[in-house]
Parts: sequence; structure tokens; C-alpha cells
Amino acid sequence: MSAVVRTERSGLQLSASLAIALKAIRTNSVRSLLTMLGIIIGIAAAIVAVSIAQGAGKQLTEQIEQFGTHVLQVRPGASWRGGRSQGADSERALTDDDVDALRDLDGIEATSGRVQASVTAVVGGRNRPVSLFGVGADFGLVQDWEIAEGRGITEAEARRGAKIAVLGTTVVEELFDGADPIGQRIRLNRTSATVVGVLEEKGAGSWGQDQDDVVWMPLETVRSRVSRSPQAVADDAGRIYLKVWEDREVAEVEADVEHLMRVRRDIQPGAEDDFRIANFAEFIRARNATESLLGFLLAAFSATSLVVGGIGIMNIMLVSVTERTREIGLRRAVGARSRDVLTQFLVEATVLGLIGGLVGLLLGIGGTMLAARLGEFPVLLSPITLAGAVGVAVLIAVFFGYYPARRASKLDPIDALRFE
Amino acid sequence: MSADTPLIRAEGVCKDYTMGRNVVRALIDVDVDVQAGEFVAVMGPSGSGKSTFMNLVGALDQPTRGRLTIAGRDLATLDDDALARLRNETLGFVFQQFMLLARTNALDNVQLPLMYTSMNRHEKRERAEAALERVGLAERMDHGPAQLSGGQQQRVAIARALVNRPRMILADEPTGALDSVTAEEIMQLFGQLNDEGVTVVLVTHEEEIAEHARRILRFRDGRLLSDEARQAA
Repeated sequence: MSAVVRTERSGLQLSASLAIALKAIRTNSVRSLLTMLGIIIGIAAAIVAVSIAQGAGKQLTEQIEQFGTHVLQVRPGASWRGGRSQGADSERALTDDDVDALRDLDGIEATSGRVQASVTAVVGGRNRPVSLFGVGADFGLVQDWEIAEGRGITEAEARRGAKIAVLGTTVVEELFDGADPIGQRIRLNRTSATVVGVLEEKGAGSWGQDQDDVVWMPLETVRSRVSRSPQAVADDAGRIYLKVWEDREVAEVEADVEHLMRVRRDIQPGAEDDFRIANFAEFIRARNATESLLGFLLAAFSATSLVVGGIGIMNIMLVSVTERTREIGLRRAVGARSRDVLTQFLVEATVLGLIGGLVGLLLGIGGTMLAARLGEFPVLLSPITLAGAVGVAVLIAVFFGYYPARRASKLDPIDALRFE
Repeated sequence: MSADTPLIRAEGVCKDYTMGRNVVRALIDVDVDVQAGEFVAVMGPSGSGKSTFMNLVGALDQPTRGRLTIAGRDLATLDDDALARLRNETLGFVFQQFMLLARTNALDNVQLPLMYTSMNRHEKRERAEAALERVGLAERMDHGPAQLSGGQQQRVAIARALVNRPRMILADEPTGALDSVTAEEIMQLFGQLNDEGVTVVLVTHEEEIAEHARRILRFRDGRLLSDEARQAA
């Protein structure tokens, strides 16, 4: 055929396939929508599931960063007699001696007691309810909470009950208008104290509370002056916070802490502890497990729905191929290669998946926001999740659309043209 | 390809179909040449092998034995892609039932074969418009099949067959679904196209339709029974 020069064929152009697909979908819009329903629901559920799981994961990370994984907390619990709890009144306080004993325990880096009181702070004419922590010198070290300005509380001040205070940034802003408060006076209930330092800003906690709306004073000052009550134990250390050395196993040190406390509190072998040790990492994980479980259930539901959606696409594509058998025959007769037919039907399935994925995306974003509001879950809607969800919808459509498309491409042109 | 190479050359072409345990010999030892520019009618009762012959000539099927050369190309040497290309560039099909895409206007229907070329949008449209003008439907380009009469629909189908400038049009009972007046008009159109140099091969079982052709091939029981040249009607 040397005399005939033809331009090189490139086969069916993508824009043409797209036009055919959109026309086919529009022609059967109700049917197409019903077909996409499985994909729509599946993608929406997947987005909600991943957003909740990621939200829970992010919260876990934040809480671990906030509390540290190497922090233990010891607090008094109800005493037990004959297997029965004696109730909250039976709690025996933890004392300064307990703090000192724990500080000397192998594996412990730092220790501090912490009593808490809700008080009114007054500066000049302004007052404000704040959380007051009576703490030891090492409390900042245990909590990994630095002093931004001035200085912290010294060991000597903690023991003798110096009338000094360290303020959180919110308190500084609200009561000092952000001006330098070091050396200024602040009154807490009826006790006046000198501000010696400002804490580094921590921001909102994972429950949304303002962690910077806080005042630290020496432990002794709080219990003997600010929140003095008749029945208070004089050396009540409140809760004891322990920082475990980074290179030590928390669980091992926790066991040693429990043993030491049992000995100090003279608990008989076989009797229950009358104190409780909280391991923050475990506590946080337990709390997040619920949210993770919910996310997992949603993910399973979403996977099921996506498979059903994929089968729906396969079904409707088979119907479409059968309905258009003569059209396929015609296209083959006028020059479509079998792979042009394959492309055409794959593109149609892909468009079904893409539209389903995009509708599911909108529904998923709405569902996530609803879940965040109603369930008060922490959620994280990341662009990667959203893009991934649409990608999954397309992949499923291509996967389940391949068989019908291949069947269309393998039709014998003569049989297809004669098909009634 | 030199000018005297036949457009169709069948040499001992046989086609067998296996139906369960039986082998049906649909075409037996057909030898025939069709030159460029001819107007050939293929006749015969159903089961005579004429449809099988047309499917082979249309590069939609391969002979079981023998050699079939279309526009100088031996079909046995062509793969699926090359056969598709041959159909696209060298052949134009016209069917009894028109085979137009529903809810698609005449212009888009005519452009269908061009979808499988690398032609740009503008060129496709120009070609399709020219083809529709050639069959006398310049005023109906935006009409869908439902808005066109049977004769007009067949004209759209003929425009579609012409649009990629094929060397040969293969028409399978093109007037079978039309009344006699319209059928006559369509046959005159084929005659005009043939006068302009397009080779036409059409299958029919009606003598008055076949009379438009200049050569009649008659099939019976899978064999080419007669090959008669006629004076143009």
C-alpha cells in the first residue's frame, strides 16, 4: 500500500470515551445512581471511619506528649476489709514521707506531691477563679513543664511553705493584662503571695480545657494556709507524681512502687491495695480503644459496602454491555479495535466509580462533622484520606468493571451485529 | 498497490462452521476478483453463503481455507488491530437496519468511524458535514434518528460509511427495510457514488435492486454459482 499514505492511528481518544460514558450514564441516570449507591455509602463510611480513627490516634499522641509515657501517679484509694471496699471516707492520705521514700526508689528520676484547690485569685481590683496546685520543687520536671520567665519553686520553699506563686499564661493575661508579673503580689483566697515565675504556655488540653489557667504554689503553703480545713492531715501530699527514667521499663518500676507503698502502708499479703497507681500511657490507650473500635466497625462496614458497590457496578456494566451489543458490533465494524471497546467500558465504569466516590466524599465529610458533634469524638479529616477515598472508589470501579469490559471487547463483531 | 491489483481477490476461499458435532460448509472454493470501481450485487437465497462471503470481505471474519486478499492485504496475515484498521480506512459498512446510535444526532453518528482515527475535532466535523452533504442531508445534521424517515436514516448510515473515504462500500440488504420508492432513491445514490469512483458491493435478494449493479454474483449452497456482467441500468 505504498501509494496510500495515512496518518498514524492513535485509537479511541480518552475525551471521546469520556463523552460516550457520560452520555450512557445520563441516559440511565436513575439506574446509574442506584448502581453507585453502594460505592457512595461505602466511601462515606470509610471517610467517617478513617477520620474517627485518625482523630483518636492524634488524641492519643497528644495525650502521651502531654503526660509523658514515663509518668506514674499514686493516689489514695478506699481501704478494703474482708473483700469489701470501705468507701471514700476510709481513704488514707499519702504523706510527705511517702514522697521522700518514692524519690529514693531505684528507677525514679523525680517525684512530687500535688494537692489541688479551686480558689479565687485577686490582683488589684480584678479577681478570677483558678485551679491552684500545691506542688513540690520537681513537679515541673515530672510534668515536663518548663518555666518561661523567672524561676520555679525550690525544695526549701516547698517544705517551709513560702508565700510565692508561679502563674500560668492565662492568669497573667487575665489579671496582669500580659504585663510582667514577676515580683508582683497576688492574693489567693486570703493568702497573699509574690509571683516568682511564669509557666511556659501549654495550650488547650485534649478535653478542651485551658491548661494555662493555673497557679502553682509550694505544697506546704496550699495545705497549711490557702485551703486549710479542720480535718486535713498536716502532711497530706495529695497525689504523688513520679517520673520514671526514660531507659527504665515503666511496668517494672510501677511494680516496685506498688511493693514499696504496700510495705509503707502496712498492707497484709493477700489484702487489696488501699491506693491506686495510674500509668498514663495505659490509661490513655484504654480511653482511645473505644474510639478505635468504633472506627474499626465502621471500616468493616465500609469495606462490605464497597464490595457490594463494586458488584453493583459489575452487574450494571454487564447489563450495559448486553444492551449495547449491537453498538459494540457496529463500532468494531467501523474500525474499533477490541482494546478500544475495552477502554470505552472501563472508562464508563471508572466514571461511575468517580461520581460515586465524589458523592460519597461529600456525604462522608458531612457524616464526619455530624459524628464529631453528636458523639463528641476527636476527628481528623485529612486531605490524604479524602483523596484516597476517591481513589479507592475508582480502583474498585476499575476492578469490578474489568470483567464486563473485557467481555465486551471479546465479542465477535458478526455475532454482535446480529444480536437482537 | 498498483492500479490493476483487484480490491477483492478470493482464491479457493472456504469457510466452515462447527455446530456441535456437525461441520457446516458455509462457503466452498470461492474464486473471484473484484476490481476497484466496480458495482457488484451479491445474490442468493438464505443459507447460500452470501452473508458469509460479505463477512469475510468485510474483514470481520477469516476464511477457514484459501486466501482472501482485500486491497492487496492477505487477511490471514493481519491481526485484530490490523483488521480493525483495514475496516476503518478501506471499508464502509451499510446495514439493513441502519444501525444508528439512538439519541445521537446525524453529525455525531456520521463521525463514529473517525473516533478511531487520530483526526482532530475540527477535521472530523468537516469530514462528517461533507459526507452528509454528499448524501443530501445538509439540512438534517442535528436531527436524531427518531426525527428522520427510514430513507433519511439510511442516508446518514451511508454518509457514515463514506466519512473516512473508503475504497469500497459493503452494503448488506441496504433497502430491505425501505419502501420501493425510497429503495429506488437509495440505489440511485449508490449508483452516483459508484460513478464517483467508490467500489460498491451489495447483498440483496431482490432482482430489481440487483439490476442497479453492473455485475451480479449468485451464490447457492456455499458455492459461487454464476458471475454475470450486466449493462448499466
